[in-house]
Amino acid sequence: MASEQEILSGLAEIVNEETGLPTDSVQADKSFTDDLDIDSLSMMTIVVNAEEKFGVRIPDEDVKNLRTVGDAVAYISQAQG
Amino acid sequence: MTSIKSPAARHARILGVGAHRPPRVIDNEEVCTWIDSSDEWIQQRTGIRTRRWAAEDVGVVEMSEDAAAKALAAAGLTGSDVDAVVLATVSYPYQTPAAAAVLADRLGATPAAAFDISAGCAGFCHGIALAGDLVRGGTAGNVLVVGVDKLSDFTDKHDRSTAFLFADGAGAAVVGASDEVGIGPTVWGSDGAQADAIRSKFSWLELRSSHAAAMADPIAAEAAAQEPVKWPYLEQQGQSVFRWAVWQMAPVAQRALDAAGVRAEDIDVFVPHQANARIIDAMVKQLKLPESVHVARDIVDMGNTSAASVPLAMERAMADGHAPSGGLALLIGYGAGLSYAAQVVRLP
Repeated sequence: MASEQEILSGLAEIVNEETGLPTDSVQADKSFTDDLDIDSLSMMTIVVNAEEKFGVRIPDEDVKNLRTVGDAVAYISQAQG
Repeated sequence: MTSIKSPAARHARILGVGAHRPPRVIDNEEVCTWIDSSDEWIQQRTGIRTRRWAAEDVGVVEMSEDAAAKALAAAGLTGSDVDAVVLATVSYPYQTPAAAAVLADRLGATPAAAFDISAGCAGFCHGIALAGDLVRGGTAGNVLVVGVDKLSDFTDKHDRSTAFLFADGAGAAVVGASDEVGIGPTVWGSDGAQADAIRSKFSWLELRSSHAAAMADPIAAEAAAQEPVKWPYLEQQGQSVFRWAVWQMAPVAQRALDAAGVRAEDIDVFVPHQANARIIDAMVKQLKLPESVHVARDIVDMGNTSAASVPLAMERAMADGHAPSGGLALLIGYGAGLSYAAQVVRLP
């Protein structure tokens, strides 16, 4: 099980791979859409890669609630627990 | 015991393909007069630059007739050589009779067996599966398979998630007997638990009752809603469809390769349903296709033509010289149902 810091850095790598954004721009308080300019299809790609990386399941209906990077980290952390 | 006579089993292949692309081109700028969007936004999310919409008086049968005539000519056949017509569509506006029977008559194929199939954007690949088996089993000599849709009739021009996607067109293929295997095993299936992911927004019955109410009291109807009549527009949950298409359908395409005993590098052209360029890119990545495989991207100027997209893209790849005669194509259709079908075919 990964710590929240490990989840954040893992997520940053996934975001970097999908969008090319530098990993240090992926901070907990950043909004996926407003700050990082990630569209809905890229978000799905990030979600599926995160599922694989962290061994969790993130159903479609929960994806829309993941507004910020911190929301995603908390969700993954809880799903792992 | 008296035995039942049956023709000897044989192989099947595609003998010719044809396409109908409506002349009217709609660019993203025109779409942006219906919805608040931009050319850049649409291209970035879908890869679509233009799409074709058929004229008001050109319907599913007319588009099919043009594509079918070209496919028959390419195969060196005429309508009277056709034993069965299998037409895949979701947008023929008559519940009955089937468009296939009307088409068969127009082509001079009567009394060919004729029926429509409804399998959304996977319809054409379902048709190829059926046609291959009809020929192999000896039920039919030549089968005409048509994938056709006039989605513009069922597109809500003010729906920001679909208005820029849907388009019109028809593609046809003639399947006949062959000495060698020309159509590999079909990998297909459905998931009705996701029936709501792509669907008609309203049923014909809801349309009837909304129409009756609007007719009875037009002023109240106008006041109650901007759109009192419940037209069966197509709607879809884009994110869910994207996820399903990329991560569930790439393995289906791989299984079709495996079933045919073919490696990815043996394929000349990959012809996935043209739903969205982003789905195509992600599928190619998941499948790890080598660069030697040409990937059909007819969507860029044709949009998403549902059941027509696979044959249109196949025809385009051949016409543009990307898919050699006798080469191998991996076809996969996926869409409403949710339903899917994939197979490897030898190009005519």
